Amino acid sequence: MKRLSRLAAALAVSVAVPAFAQSGPVPIIGLVELSGTGTTAGTNFDNGVKLAVKEINAAGGILGRKIEYTSLDTQSQPNVAKGLAQKAVDQNAYVVMGPVFSGSIIVSMAETKRAEIPNFTGGEAANITQQGNPYVFRTSFTQSTAMPKLAKYINDTVKAKNIAMIWVNNDFGKGGRDSMQKALDAVGVKVVADVPTDPGQVDFSGAVLKVKQSNADAVFVYTNEEESARALRELRKQGYDKPILGETTLTGQKVIELAGEAANGALAHVGLTVDAPQPAIKDFDKKFQAEYKYKSDHNGMKGYSAMYVVKAVTEKIKKFDGKEFAKTMHGAKISAKDYPGVLLDVTFDNNGDLDRESFLVKVENGKQIVTATLPPVSAK
Amino acid sequence: MGDLVQLLVSGTATGAIYALAALGFTLLWQASGTINFAQGEFVMLPAFGMLACIALGAPLWVAFLVTCAAAMLVLGVGFKLVIVDPLIKHGVIPLVIATLGLSIGLKQLVKVYSAEAHPFPSAFPLGQWSLGGVQISYADLGTLVIAGLIVYGLQTFLNKTVTGRAMQACAQNTDAAKVLGIDVRRMVMYVFLINAVLAVVAALLVTPTYLAKFDMGDSIGQKAFFAAIIGGFNQTRGALLGGVLIGVLENVVGFYFSPAYKEGVALLLFLLVILFRPEGLLGKAEERKV
Repeated sequence: MKRLSRLAAALAVSVAVPAFAQSGPVPIIGLVELSGTGTTAGTNFDNGVKLAVKEINAAGGILGRKIEYTSLDTQSQPNVAKGLAQKAVDQNAYVVMGPVFSGSIIVSMAETKRAEIPNFTGGEAANITQQGNPYVFRTSFTQSTAMPKLAKYINDTVKAKNIAMIWVNNDFGKGGRDSMQKALDAVGVKVVADVPTDPGQVDFSGAVLKVKQSNADAVFVYTNEEESARALRELRKQGYDKPILGETTLTGQKVIELAGEAANGALAHVGLTVDAPQPAIKDFDKKFQAEYKYKSDHNGMKGYSAMYVVKAVTEKIKKFDGKEFAKTMHGAKISAKDYPGVLLDVTFDNNGDLDRESFLVKVENGKQIVTATLPPVSAK
Repeated sequence: MGDLVQLLVSGTATGAIYALAALGFTLLWQASGTINFAQGEFVMLPAFGMLACIALGAPLWVAFLVTCAAAMLVLGVGFKLVIVDPLIKHGVIPLVIATLGLSIGLKQLVKVYSAEAHPFPSAFPLGQWSLGGVQISYADLGTLVIAGLIVYGLQTFLNKTVTGRAMQACAQNTDAAKVLGIDVRRMVMYVFLINAVLAVVAALLVTPTYLAKFDMGDSIGQKAFFAAIIGGFNQTRGALLGGVLIGVLENVVGFYFSPAYKEGVALLLFLLVILFRPEGLLGKAEERKV
């Protein structure tokens, strides 16, 4: 009888205590690449989140509660990311931000899913949101959304009949390569050289030589930041003079900085760029530069806007409930007019994929120049 | 055929950089019995040193000269006096462990400053030189010329000058060198200074491609060590051969097979040499008195 009453008391306490505490600071944990091959992406993403947290806290927090953001370094390693995701669960995180690397989120999101914690990622690999995980949400386009836009540009504007592809052999690169191949097939552009490279690869002389041998009308480069810079430098070093195209990373701020003048002329489709004309983005650019003394790349914008999505959706559900949050995220529409921090009007579908405007850019004199603004896919 | 020549040239250029770092390994070993597992970080630090000078407004050549002086002081004199001298009397193993620790410590030190990659200006202009359908970039050509001149100059110095011969004498038999009146301590110090300068030159040549980053020395240090073993740890010419062999084979394997196998090339060569010719391709078997 005594045992039964203890059990009943324990049950009563567990029912009375909600899944997430409704007072005190709100713990949000960042799983970010602060060292290893993803340092640039992870640091930018982390800085973006931190800037948003600082602003939100200065404005009174979310539903009157301050955010307590802690970033943990995944070292760009999926196994470390998985361990840290478990740590985030143990620390009772309301939301988990990151990792940015597709290979890491694919492994780590199982932990946050099990604990029913919403998990925002900077990963772009198509399969992240194709596994029926209701707690994972993107901060950028999925490759299967972005690549058709770029393939159309390659066919209609660049007028390339065939193309060479240099891609990084990891989850991000393989996913991008497959999505691009499909998108190019759809518009009738032939891939004449398919050149995989290693993560962290230093020497691109062989890869570029293969591209030159193929005599393709253009080259599509899809690698992480440092490798993109090395590929651009090698392409210029070997005198490659045909169009060089990429998706987001190739013309990122850090890549431009690392590649120097070799980045000039590179073309890309980008989901987010600080050089976009929207006032909210211009404002973000100013604030980010004032805070960190450098220009953010798209990852900084991803982290920043994702934090404001957390604020918008939490204020909509009026409580801190991860399960309810995830449910509301599916089909959510957040306007930049109501929440300028989201930077552009954004919608989320039932898979956690997002949709918004995007841009075509060209690097000129070390700067990204926006050449066209493309409407959201759903607007077509 | 043109592609193969291009691969050979760029592979030789990369290998020449490995060789510069490997030369440091062999020189230190010969002169003082020191194995420096922080050799990669000895290349990384000058890269950041040069960047700091450039940030202060110095042109690249001034940054290079200033860094050479600083490296001779810190990575040459400082390394010898603070780490090598107190430990070498206890044998090679404590020194190996200390340099492994130094490697980790230096990386962490730079990581605190910045974990991100930083661009590094090239000493050579963009562009190519064409010869009979073969296109060779100025960067590869320049790297080959500079590395070649340094190796040639070093060989000439060691073989043709009194000081160089005295250094060789110290490497071959310290006791006999002392009897002959050679200032062994000074000769050993010269080797540490030469090693520091070689590291700065390697940093100048390799960083535009590797990018300045706290962990950039990992791969260079490893390849240089393998190159030194492959060529022969007791032969400076062996370091050159080992470096070039790794650079060329990596390029050829990466191009004709897969870049995934590139990193294994040095390790495979290393294993083959250890198994079948432990003294290295150009090395001489060392005999020990018992």
